[in-house]
Amino acid sequence: MDKVRKFVWFPTPYHSVLLWLVWQILHDFSRGHMVLGAIFAIVIPWIVAPLSEESAVAKKPIKVLSYTFRLLIDIAVSNYDVAKRVLQSNRNLKPAFIAVPLDIKEPVPLTIFTSSVSLTPGTVSVELSEDRKWLYVHVLHLEDEQALIELIKARYEAPLKEIFGC
Amino acid sequence: MTVFLEVVVSALLVFGAVVMLIGSIGLAKLPDYFTRLHAPTKASTLGVACILVASMIFFSIQLGHVNLKEVLISMFLLITAPVAAHMLGKAGLHYKVKMTDSTQNQHLAKKAYLQQHPEEK
Repeated sequence: MDKVRKFVWFPTPYHSVLLWLVWQILHDFSRGHMVLGAIFAIVIPWIVAPLSEESAVAKKPIKVLSYTFRLLIDIAVSNYDVAKRVLQSNRNLKPAFIAVPLDIKEPVPLTIFTSSVSLTPGTVSVELSEDRKWLYVHVLHLEDEQALIELIKARYEAPLKEIFGC
Repeated sequence: MTVFLEVVVSALLVFGAVVMLIGSIGLAKLPDYFTRLHAPTKASTLGVACILVASMIFFSIQLGHVNLKEVLISMFLLITAPVAAHMLGKAGLHYKVKMTDSTQNQHLAKKAYLQQHPEEK
């Protein structure tokens, strides 16, 4: 680690904005707290930034919104699917494990990807292979393995790759 | 509070409760450990989200200003639910929890297990 870091006003700009916003929500946007929140949002990243590792930063913030929106819709849809399977007989159920080949390697996008997989279409990500090349996923009801792998890759991995530029 | 909003709030509450009920039924009736993971992770996110939206509308009207604290709760849930599911699944894999015989691709579970326990190869 280098001894003297160059001083940066906003080492983690997204975190600063998030911190300020969360503070405002907690305190109902009163004027005093807007100032206090701003002070926290500026000072806390100065203290914390040297501790955190270098991590991938979203390069396309607008795409994050569309990704979040799609994820929320998919959560609702997958809820419907899972509810349907739950209320049907167990005999029609075809649970399975699948292995999804991974293209992303960075920890942050990978975490978002595995979490998205867990939240959506009847899949739970169970284990990551040591070399980060495969994600083992448990599927509640599997019809077509290849189609599902491609769907997951196209729907979640591709946009994440674009957002984080990796 | 208008009748219309009352209806919206109650509908959201009932819908959220039904979704969570289905999640709980799934937890009880699905055949094995791994399939049981599915129902609560998904149901808890949507069910709780509906109840939180209802609460947000209700308190925004009652307090007379926009109340967004529930957004924080749902964000927290959205982050923690998949992590909990992942850890449970991982633990199940490493304790070699029994799965139903109809599970396809059981060799993948074995492969994932062996890679963490190379001495058993």
